[in-house]
Order: sequence, then structure tokens, then C-alpha cells
Amino acid sequence: MNRHAVWAIYKVEMARTLRTLLQSVVSPVISTSLYFVVFGAAIGSRITEIDGISYGAFIVPGLIMLSLLTQSISNASFGIYFPKFVGTIFELLSAPVSYLEIVLAYVGAAATKSVAIGLIILATASLFVPLHIEHPFWMIGFLILTAVTFSLFGFIIGVWAGNFEQLQLVPLLIITPLTFLGGSFYSIDMLPGIWRSISLFNPVVYLVSGFRWSFFGKSDVSVGVSLGMTVVFLLACIAVIAWIFKTGYRLRS
Amino acid sequence: MSLASDSPAISISSLSKTYATGFQALKGVSLDIKHGEIFALLGPNGAGKTTLISIVCGIVNRSGGTVTVDGHDISKDYRAARSLIGLVPQELTVEAFETVRNALTYSRGLFGRPPNPDFVEKVLKDLSLWDKRDEKIITLSGGMKRRVMIGKALAHEPRILFLDEPTAGVDVELRQDMWAMVRRLRDNGVTIILTTHYIEEAEEMADRVGVINHGELVLIEDKTELMRKLGRKQLKLELRKPVKDLPAKFARYELEIGDDGSQLTYTYDNQAERPGVASLIRDLDEAGIEFRDLDTENSSLEEIFVNLVRKTP
Repeated sequence: MNRHAVWAIYKVEMARTLRTLLQSVVSPVISTSLYFVVFGAAIGSRITEIDGISYGAFIVPGLIMLSLLTQSISNASFGIYFPKFVGTIFELLSAPVSYLEIVLAYVGAAATKSVAIGLIILATASLFVPLHIEHPFWMIGFLILTAVTFSLFGFIIGVWAGNFEQLQLVPLLIITPLTFLGGSFYSIDMLPGIWRSISLFNPVVYLVSGFRWSFFGKSDVSVGVSLGMTVVFLLACIAVIAWIFKTGYRLRS
Repeated sequence: MSLASDSPAISISSLSKTYATGFQALKGVSLDIKHGEIFALLGPNGAGKTTLISIVCGIVNRSGGTVTVDGHDISKDYRAARSLIGLVPQELTVEAFETVRNALTYSRGLFGRPPNPDFVEKVLKDLSLWDKRDEKIITLSGGMKRRVMIGKALAHEPRILFLDEPTAGVDVELRQDMWAMVRRLRDNGVTIILTTHYIEEAEEMADRVGVINHGELVLIEDKTELMRKLGRKQLKLELRKPVKDLPAKFARYELEIGDDGSQLTYTYDNQAERPGVASLIRDLDEAGIEFRDLDTENSSLEEIFVNLVRKTP
């Protein structure tokens, strides 16, 4: 294990976050606060409780997931795309590092950042609504698992993307809609039958549902299924990354 | 890290590369680089120089053949192979927002070396970058960025250094600094492989020269041997009295008469079947043509190179 290399990459990636503090930390916190104001005040006054949980508190896990997904993807995809774009990737490819070490460093850094942002949002949310976390251990577990999974997914996008537009394409056209339709702001039980069934094809439903269970002990789908689906997606991402490195796809010609 | 001296620094055998576009960049190149030598790889643009270097360094996958670095196979034993190598690529690609010192520290770590601020400081000082150590790379001039790239390649104390067109677009001062550095490294036993368009530099610096053209190694030769074998020589004679014509027996020398008849130039090389210098002088003496001075000139590596590349289709 070339631990010096893993640490070197990790440090550089984390330093980038600190350099761009406004964009990487402050902006997700501000947008989350805006969600609270808009959804909490405007909609919360009409929907008072879901499953016995106040609406303000109900949307907290979904909001954290929303940021967690987008941050994980954008951090990890940018982290590997940027050296490709400016050409400094040659050094990484010529270094005595294994694929596992490269992924560990880039995905580790991206996941660290998004977990930190998730916790900051949680802290911000607790200023707006009283929060009680039923299963703190599981809450952290889901947080880390999701961050790692979507950082891996972001890594894939970063390797695949040939330009900045493609880099934005998947988060913008797939992830954001899935998150909004994934029960972040409502329980899928509130939907008419057909839409509820369609929602079950949305992987984000399982993430949000499991995460919400760790907060309130209540969920749309069983927590085992949530966990299972997340792990399946994690394994799928690992398989794609293994293939990328085996073939050198878009990294080594 | 030391090198096992019994295997070559780099051993390339039947190396081929065909890109996805179908372009065949290398067609079975075989080449051994000795420990501690300076090897210059010459060739026109698109000849395959950069592809060759990129494969050895692990940036490009090969289509066929084998490469070992100090006996370590570049794919089976890539860690050992790559940690011996430092690469300064042709293009100026730098981490724009990093500081100079951080960039070197990063490279050192990436190549598996524990932090060593003293060594990084030494490299920065050798490259006249110490004053700029805390500046962001984006604020530096092109020449300074080139120095940073050299510093990054040296940060992990490589035993083999690749310099891909190191002096392209570099000012005189940096070029001199760089060659001084190359000599220092060589004195410390570092093997250096460079590609260059400035053939006079290969002539000055290299121990051996390889010429690559259309993905094939046209020639590998000891530099002095190459100059001796292929080098044309010219003998210039300053005559005491100008001549208009020469007697018929001089026709076989194909002499050029210049400077209003007061200079004779005789071009010969070791491969051509022309008579030697001694017989020319004897003939001149017999014909009563006296000269007051003579001068011989070797042709440069550049001429040799151009001749070689023209010959290959």
C-alpha cells in the first residue's frame, strides 16, 4: 500500500475544499436554509404532521440526502475530471499507485467533504426545528454509506465526462429530479397508487426512507430494503470502476 | 532506492503501439538504455518519441512487446518500475492553484516517498525556485512553470529521468541551468533519457543517440561513433596564389573553388569511395599548388539526422 500517495492526494483534495470554502460549504448551507424557509413556512403551515412528525422535522433527512448526493457527485467528479482537463493526470498515471489507492484517496476525500456538509446541514436544521435522532449509529452509517456510494458514482462521471457540460449533465438531469421525486419533501404514501409504484423504481426513495428511519424510527419502505438497495448500488459502482481501470477507459489510451 | 546493476536501466523489446484510431505509433521498437548514461532520442514530430516515453512511464498502454525498468516489468511490477522514474513531459501542465512547494511535496508523496522538507528545499534551491516557494503556480512565468515541472519530477529522487523536449520554448538561462542540472544528476548516477529538437544539445550532452522515425528505431549509436561513421568532413585549403582552373587529375576530388580562387574545399566522408586527404595534398604538392593554411570540419549531428530521416520512407 502506497499510503504516502493516498495521503498526498487526500490532502490536496481537502485543501481544495478549504480554498473554495464559500462554494463548497457555505453555499449548500445557505440553500438548505432557504428550503427550510420556503417549505417549512409555506407548505408546513398546510401540512402539519406526517406520520406524527412535524413537517419541518420530516424534511430534514431528505434535505440532508439532497445535499449529500449532489455534493458527493460534484466533489468526486470534479476531483478526477479537473486533472484530466488540465493535463496533470499524467503524473497520477505515471505514479506507483494502484487503482484501489487512487479511488480510496479521491472518493475518500469527496465522501469526507459531503459527510461534513451533511453534518453542518443537520446542525443548521436543528436551529430551525427541534430534532431527536432515534438511531444515531444508523444515521451516521447511512450518511457514510450514501456519501461513499455517490462519491464512487461521481468518480465514474468524472472519468467519463469529456467536457464541463457532460460533467454537469448527470447531476442536473438525473440526480436532481430523482431527489425531488424521491420523497425528500413528502412521504410516498401520500401519492396516488400508480405514482407510488413508479416511485419505488427511484433509488433515492430507498436512501431517503432509510435515512429518515434512523431519525424517527418510521419509513416508507422497510429499512432492510433501503440498506440492501444502497449496497447494491455501491457494488454496481465498484464494478464499473473496476472495469474502468481494467480497460483504462478514458484514462489510458 | 538503488538499481541492480546487472540489468539495463531500461530494456524495451519489440514494443508496438496502435492507437484506437488505427494510427500505428510504434512498430516493434527494441532498445536498451544503460545505467548512468545520457541517451538522446531524436526524431521528427509524430515519430513516436512521446508515445515511447509514455508507455515506459505508464501513461499509455502498449499493444505489444515488453518493457522492464531495472529488471522490473512495467505492468507486473509497476510499483517498483515507476518509483524509479521521474518524468518531465513536453506540455506545461501544472496544478495552477497550488503553491510551488506544495506541488513538489505532493509529487514526492504520490511516488511513495515519506515527506522530506529538506530535500524539497534543496530541489527548489537548485532550480532557483526557493524565492517562489509559497507562490501559486498560476502566477509564475512559463519558464518558472517549466522549472516547477522539473522539480516535481525530481522530488522523489528518481534514478531514471525522462525529459521530453525539455528546452522547447525555454530561454537561454534556463536552458543552461537545465543542462548543468542534467550533468549533476548524471554525476550522481542518474540515467537520463531526453528527446529534443535542438540537435546541437544532443550532440553536446548525450552519450548515445537513437533516431526514431515513423515508429521505428532507425539507428542507435554511440554519439562519437555516429559522428565518425556518418559525419561528413570538409577540408578547407587557403591557397598562397589564387587558381582559376585545376589540372585534370584533380577531377576525382570534386573540389570546390571559392573566394576568388584562393580557397579549395574538399568534402569527404568515411563511407564514400573518394581518395583520402593525404593523396590530395600529395597531388597538390606535385602540381605546385601551395597553401598557407588548412582547416577541417565535422558535419553536425543535425545534418546526420536530416540525412537519416530523409532516407527512411
